[in-house]
Amino acid sequence: MSIDLSMILLILGCTMVTVIPRILPFVVVRNVQLPEPVLKWLSYVPICILTALVTESFIHQTNGFPKFEWPVFTAIIPTFLTAVWTKSLTATVIFGVIVMALLRLFI
Amino acid sequence: MITNNQFVRTNENALTFKQGVKDCIPTWLGYISVGFAAGIVGVSSKLSIVEITLLSALVYAGASQFIICALLAAHSPAMAIILTTFIVNLRNFLLSATLAPHFTKYSLMKNLGIGIFVTDESFGLAMNKIAKGEKLNDHWMNGINVSSYIIWVLSCVIGAICGNWIPDPKVFGLDFAVTAMFAALLVLQLQTLESSKLKHDLFLMAYMVIAMIIFSFFVPSHLAVILSTLIVATIGVVTDQ
Repeated sequence: MSIDLSMILLILGCTMVTVIPRILPFVVVRNVQLPEPVLKWLSYVPICILTALVTESFIHQTNGFPKFEWPVFTAIIPTFLTAVWTKSLTATVIFGVIVMALLRLFI
Repeated sequence: MITNNQFVRTNENALTFKQGVKDCIPTWLGYISVGFAAGIVGVSSKLSIVEITLLSALVYAGASQFIICALLAAHSPAMAIILTTFIVNLRNFLLSATLAPHFTKYSLMKNLGIGIFVTDESFGLAMNKIAKGEKLNDHWMNGINVSSYIIWVLSCVIGAICGNWIPDPKVFGLDFAVTAMFAALLVLQLQTLESSKLKHDLFLMAYMVIAMIIFSFFVPSHLAVILSTLIVATIGVVTDQ
């Protein structure tokens, strides 16, 4: 249960660089009316980021070389179908976890 | 008079703080399993419980916390750790830039209070509300953010306390909770679209997967996320009729 000054400074440094990208747009957007093309561009960010985060989960980088994670990819397919079918976040998450656990158990 | 007031209140605050907390519940399993893991990784990287608590309460970012622990264990210099943390979290800039236009009518302090808690999950939930045609408000967003924050910090601390005698969350498929969550949010984004727009978005998703795979050969995945998004969102604007 100890902490030294250099560690506190390091954590504060990391805090600063995570807080700034989070709050900067909220400060800037208040004072600038964003042009239409920029708003249009931003409207595509959700689809893009969410697809990226799902894709990231089945690409495992070792020594800078990407490796396809088949179990995760396999689990994603029924998970997507559950989401389409139930339209429920909770049901999808629980079902996805069960599928993943079963896959890890049997493969 | 009183009834009148109440009517106005319920009407304005259809998305209340409490509703925000409720809407946040599906993300908790993801937060808990990743937070637990972050706590365990922290302990095994020789961080104290106080340090892990501070890290999760101040940095409040899953991927960064893992990488900070890994770099500390490898005795990397402080500047390298801070720079890496910055890059890993840079996508939050995109998330905030997308969210911010919906909150411009609120005070600067309220905006800072919302922005400081932006995560992938809270962003996804907010975009989900927008896709359903609902209007975001500060109470609902704070409900999402405050409950996410509490759950995250608690999970990290409990993971740190339990340390080594908790089995790897991977065994139970719990690490997949986050991915399942993003997949569900993605599907919910698409479900409200009309068919021509849906086709367009499905193409963009395919481009995203291709871009992610290609970039993964050259840059770390957190950079691949940013680069792919920059390119494919631009393709989206250019190909939009």
